Amino acid sequence: MSSIILITIISLSVVALICAVILYFIAQKFKIVEDPRIDEVQAALPQVNCGGCGFAGCRNMAEAMVKADTFEGLYCPVGGTDVMNAAAKILGKEAPVADPMVAVLRCNGTPENRPHTSRYDGASDCRISHNLYIGETDCSYGCLGNGDCERACMFDAIHIDPATCLPVINDDKCVYCGACVKACPRHIIELRKKAKKDKKIYVACSNCDKGGPARKACKAACIGCSKCFKVCEFGAITIDKNLAYIDAKKCTFCRKCVEECPTGAIREINFPPRKPKAELQNETVNA
Amino acid sequence: MLKTFPSGGIHPPENKLTANIQIGHLPVPESVTIPLSQHIGAPATLIVNKGDYVKTGQLIATAKGFVSSNIHSSVSGKVNKIDTIIDTSGYRQPAVFIDVEGDEWIETIDKSDKIVRDITLSPEDIKKRLLDSGIVGMGGATFPSHVKLAVPEGKRCNILIINGVECEPYLTSDHRLMLEKGEEILIGISLLMKTLKVEKAKIGIENNKPDAIAHLTKLAAGFKGITVHALKLKYPQGAEKQLIKALTDREVPSGHLPLDVGAVVHNVGTAYAVYEAVQKNKPLFERVVTITGKSLTKPGNFVVRIGTPISRLIEAAGGLPGDTGKIVSGGPMMGKAISNQDVPVIKGTSGIVVFPENESEREESGPCIRCSKCISVCPLNLEPFLLMKLSEKGLFERAEKERITDCMECGSCSYTCPAHRPLLDYIRLGKSTVIRMARERNLK
Repeated sequence: MSSIILITIISLSVVALICAVILYFIAQKFKIVEDPRIDEVQAALPQVNCGGCGFAGCRNMAEAMVKADTFEGLYCPVGGTDVMNAAAKILGKEAPVADPMVAVLRCNGTPENRPHTSRYDGASDCRISHNLYIGETDCSYGCLGNGDCERACMFDAIHIDPATCLPVINDDKCVYCGACVKACPRHIIELRKKAKKDKKIYVACSNCDKGGPARKACKAACIGCSKCFKVCEFGAITIDKNLAYIDAKKCTFCRKCVEECPTGAIREINFPPRKPKAELQNETVNA
Repeated sequence: MLKTFPSGGIHPPENKLTANIQIGHLPVPESVTIPLSQHIGAPATLIVNKGDYVKTGQLIATAKGFVSSNIHSSVSGKVNKIDTIIDTSGYRQPAVFIDVEGDEWIETIDKSDKIVRDITLSPEDIKKRLLDSGIVGMGGATFPSHVKLAVPEGKRCNILIINGVECEPYLTSDHRLMLEKGEEILIGISLLMKTLKVEKAKIGIENNKPDAIAHLTKLAAGFKGITVHALKLKYPQGAEKQLIKALTDREVPSGHLPLDVGAVVHNVGTAYAVYEAVQKNKPLFERVVTITGKSLTKPGNFVVRIGTPISRLIEAAGGLPGDTGKIVSGGPMMGKAISNQDVPVIKGTSGIVVFPENESEREESGPCIRCSKCISVCPLNLEPFLLMKLSEKGLFERAEKERITDCMECGSCSYTCPAHRPLLDYIRLGKSTVIRMARERNLK
């Protein structure tokens, strides 16, 4: 009886030993050497997997950062300079300097400016509404107001204002990951360079129609009149397809274009209030 | 036992209010707007200028490429301007504006009522005449007819199928056409048979039109090879693949064309347009349109010149009722609500349905309860609930594997869903995205 137990133990031990040897060699053969720095870099990244860097998640970004010779083309908009510096320190590379940006909505089609001409009762999804027809107003370029950008934002930075039916972007929360830019089927959200005190001047319109139809559809439409283009001393404004565009890099915030715009399509945000024109005139008279 | 297609299908209320109303003529309006893209394929190239005088039936835009169609003036008068108009989707597209002066037809058109029975032209000449006359599929899809008749080498067509099903509720333009222009339609079918070199043609008509079935059966006795078949009432029987299955029991495989099973399908409206083009030399510049709706005072069927604003048609039907909630161009199942009454009637406008407010509201949608009703009604055996989920989540590659491009957008799934989920809305989105993805892939 005891011999049976003994044989069993010995034979099983031999089998176990053979398996262990095979496993050892297989493990040696198929060993994956992973750079330990990947884990470190990943830990330094925000780890929200938003995809703002262009990779599927933070792990992929970390791998790319470790592999790359320089950080060119690699930037984590969510973490910004701090995170990039931390990652650069781990890897002994140089961190790129990028301007912080912020998302702006290039449309000001509030119900007052852009009256509704029909009612959409399909699924609440901008992509569907855009595929199906022009939208609830006569503007084929402007915001559809079904909130694809709101759903795409992982940082609670964008919400549809029920009064204006337009998305409102919270500058403090926006990490310029670009998810809303990708989500918008009409491509009206743009990432612009962030200025001091969150000052912004931009053309709040995306309508490429000629002046007449554009104005008919929306009171605040850019009609491509080129007045702003002529008044700008810094060459920051270009007109393409009946639509003005202000280059944030060249703009000096002089606000001349804002005054010139006949439809109020150029918006200024976070500026101190101007003195009324009458007062200005009085001042010059008094002087 | 009447024939029908085997899988799926629904039975929406018929509401054929205008089935017994004779086709009337809508007066020529003071001005028309004729879009340059009224068909599937490339928009036509304009050949008239501002200020030109054009006659009724004169060519104003020529087909650009093979899959495209000629466009003719539907009125006589001066070209006022060439500008953009708002189409049914609200987007702008190029169109010709013509101010009407009198009604002078080009001399070559045979304006008499006499039925021309003798077929003298050769198949090639018939095909050329159809191309010249701008004939497209009149059922609504507006696919250029000459393309369908050009059988590529290596393929053989042995049966012509004529679609007289008119399975969309409300619409009666085909029904009236069959009753009033039966013989012309049969001559048109003979012309199509000659062009395709086939011996057999089957006309499929649903059995809610017994008068049309009886009338055409009687007339068809005098024509060789044409038979009329009554079909069991079921939507969407007017879809090409479903009709082929119902009439010949041949199944067109996924991703294939009817020609792959030896069949070509044309609408009765197209057959009539073919008759007019070939025997009367009349280009396609007017069509029968049903204007209907429960609260309209005078619904009816009208011969309308292409380019007439829809508002004129509504006026002819007694004006827009106060309780109107939606105006749909096409049938209620597959048609599209229009956002502007100035939209012109085009070659594919088979009907205008005016819905009162209480019928046009969509119910609030709830969560999917996996009842699988959408699967059981899908005539193409797809899984609508899954396709919706996939395109909602942006999983378009997966949706492609689930054959989303097979969907013909009949809307049976949305109609039947007890939770009123916007199934078709999302499937359309997925389908268009998948088609775009496939096109980009092919370009690479």
